[in-house]
Amino acid sequence: MIDTAFIIAAIILALLAFVSMYRAIKGPRAVDRIIAINVIATKVAAIIILLAIFTKEESFIDVALIYAMIAFITTIGVSKYLEKGRLE
Amino acid sequence: MDIVKDILILIFLVSGLFFYFVGAVGLIRMPNAFTRMHATTKCDTLGAGLVFIAVMIHQGFSMVSLTVLIVLIFIWLTNPTAAHYLAKIEYHRLHDRERR
Repeated sequence: MIDTAFIIAAIILALLAFVSMYRAIKGPRAVDRIIAINVIATKVAAIIILLAIFTKEESFIDVALIYAMIAFITTIGVSKYLEKGRLE
Repeated sequence: MDIVKDILILIFLVSGLFFYFVGAVGLIRMPNAFTRMHATTKCDTLGAGLVFIAVMIHQGFSMVSLTVLIVLIFIWLTNPTAAHYLAKIEYHRLHDRERR
């Protein structure tokens, strides 16, 4: 019964990620797109953890950790490019 | 005891989903980048915290729970840092354009 709740929560999070994708596509400037991608990355990390719980695959949680790290590095890198115009 | 645990999990899960929903609505409806950051950063940090706490209650004291706690601490450290950096570059873009 509680596994069903986790599945429904993962589906709702996926729908909210698609809602956030609107701002990533339409956003007026680059900063809005970066904010939207950051939000989607946090949502996807939560989805991966819920998936690990209801499939009982414990190694997926490490995937969520690496996904969060890659999202953070992407955000910092793109922001630095946006600030300086080059990556150094 | 089992039903108490299930109710506790449902409360944390539903409140986490509520904060995620508020963050997504703020991202769509707010007028400029600062207010969008204001909506999404707080709501995502709190939503991730509540959903992961629900998962940790479901798992009890185990290795899985510890790994989820590490992911949670990582998100709590990096999400405000990224938002702070984005706010800084947006502020400099708006307010001292002539220096660049």
